[in-house]
Amino acid sequence: MGLDFSVVPSFADALLIGVLWTIAITVCAALLSFFGGILFAVIALYAPWFLRLPFRFFAWLFMGTPLLLQLFLIYFGLVELGIDLPAFVAGVIGLGLHFAVYNSELIQTAIVAVDKGQMEAARTLGLSRPQALIRVVIPQAVRDVIPPIGNNMIALLKDSALVSVIGVSELTLSAQLAIGRTYRPFEFYAAAAVLYYIINLGMEAVLRRIERRTQLSR
Amino acid sequence: MTDQTPFVEIRHAQKSYGDLEVLKDISLTVQRGEIVAIIGPSGSGKSTLLRAINDLDPLTGGEILLEGVQVNKTLPHRQYEKHINAMRQQIGMVFQHFNLFPHLNVRDNVTMAPKLLKGISSKEADKLAEEQLNHVGMLERIDYYPSQLSGGQKQRVAIARALAMQPKLMLFDEATSALDPELVEEVNLVMKKLAEEHMTMIIVTHEMDFAASVCDRVLFMDQGVVVEEGPPEKIFKNPDMDRTKEFLRKHLAGSK
Ligand SMILES: Nc1ncnc2c1ncn2[C@@H]1O[C@H](COP(=O)(O)OP(=O)(O)O)[C@@H](O)[C@H]1O
Ligand SMILES: [Mg+2]
Repeated sequence: MGLDFSVVPSFADALLIGVLWTIAITVCAALLSFFGGILFAVIALYAPWFLRLPFRFFAWLFMGTPLLLQLFLIYFGLVELGIDLPAFVAGVIGLGLHFAVYNSELIQTAIVAVDKGQMEAARTLGLSRPQALIRVVIPQAVRDVIPPIGNNMIALLKDSALVSVIGVSELTLSAQLAIGRTYRPFEFYAAAAVLYYIINLGMEAVLRRIERRTQLSR
Repeated sequence: MTDQTPFVEIRHAQKSYGDLEVLKDISLTVQRGEIVAIIGPSGSGKSTLLRAINDLDPLTGGEILLEGVQVNKTLPHRQYEKHINAMRQQIGMVFQHFNLFPHLNVRDNVTMAPKLLKGISSKEADKLAEEQLNHVGMLERIDYYPSQLSGGQKQRVAIARALAMQPKLMLFDEATSALDPELVEEVNLVMKKLAEEHMTMIIVTHEMDFAASVCDRVLFMDQGVVVEEGPPEKIFKNPDMDRTKEFLRKHLAGSK
């Protein structure tokens, strides 16, 4: 039996909705991972031990275990504790926190690497240490790790396929539903792959723009 | 503040890094409007002394007073932070390597601290930035980023940034040492202008000509002590101490 891509267009609507959900979950999780990454970096570097230690445990949990398991835990596991999250929210939280931990590692290193003279200059003007961190040190640290954070965001986009297993009808699940109706796995997985690739190109274009914008500020 | 209270007073300043004693019982007063140069060989403790004045490098002994108020007070952490931030707002500092904020344009470099700490509006801040940048001849570059400026321009912006907090005292730590020779003069001119406006300044410098032409008093430091101090004519032309003579001879030989 040969391939027949002519079945794909009749599922265009379903796939397009899948694309929109994939973009939605990626953007939400990316924002969470970005701001969460900054917050976690600050906790890891500056918080008192009773915040830092639980955080280390949490970071170890997110880096040392499969993302798939984390999604199951958040979506199915938390129900037992009376926390019944919608699948989309559970997916955003799982993906977002997972990548926040990775972003936080990058940002921590970058914060430590910011020239000590920057903190000194800010303190000399009368800024408090938190003010100097927020206004001077952290913006420069974040600027310095935009390219590797961008790589994490691309990885996040690809890993967003995992939330199909908790029933978010994003692109991968949409393709699977179409396959269930047509028994054409190659055609629909290939179509999904092309669509992921296009989203990926769009994301890279956005990231390059952001990088270019920060050129002057180095 | 009574008439007898010195503007800046350093009492028995002592600083050690482990076994290394970097400042050895230095006492010094500076009057309002006075301009003091600190000269001396590398490693003699000039930067350490200057940075002790705003408690950036805290002393291990002794006191720093500004208008009779102790800067390096021992206080519980939160009270100390509040106190020192208030003191530092009154003390401007200019660094050898400028330390401009590279992620902010020139305008925001100048206005960030006043906006944050004095709660001035954006409009007032813009006016302040224009005034201060005009003062140092950098108004045309107000929308540039530091990466687009020469070293001399960066240092002039750094001076404007410090002045925007309206400090009572300005500290300069080798403000022109990192500059190409042809850029030194533009920064010196700005400092001369401040001198004419009677800003109180303590200037660590390697430029003897500049110190001689601008400063009221010169301190020669070596190995953590003030070896000799006096008016520039005296220190540069007719010093009492052999170590001063030696330093000046070597320095002149080196710079010619
Ligand atoms: N953080 C530090 N730790 C140890 N020694 C230091 C530190 N900072 C400065 N020193 C030492 O203190 C001495 C005085 O340094 P500094 O004040 O920078 O001298 P200057 O500015 O006159 O060149 C030098 O011997 C220097 O090595
Ligand atoms: Mg020095």
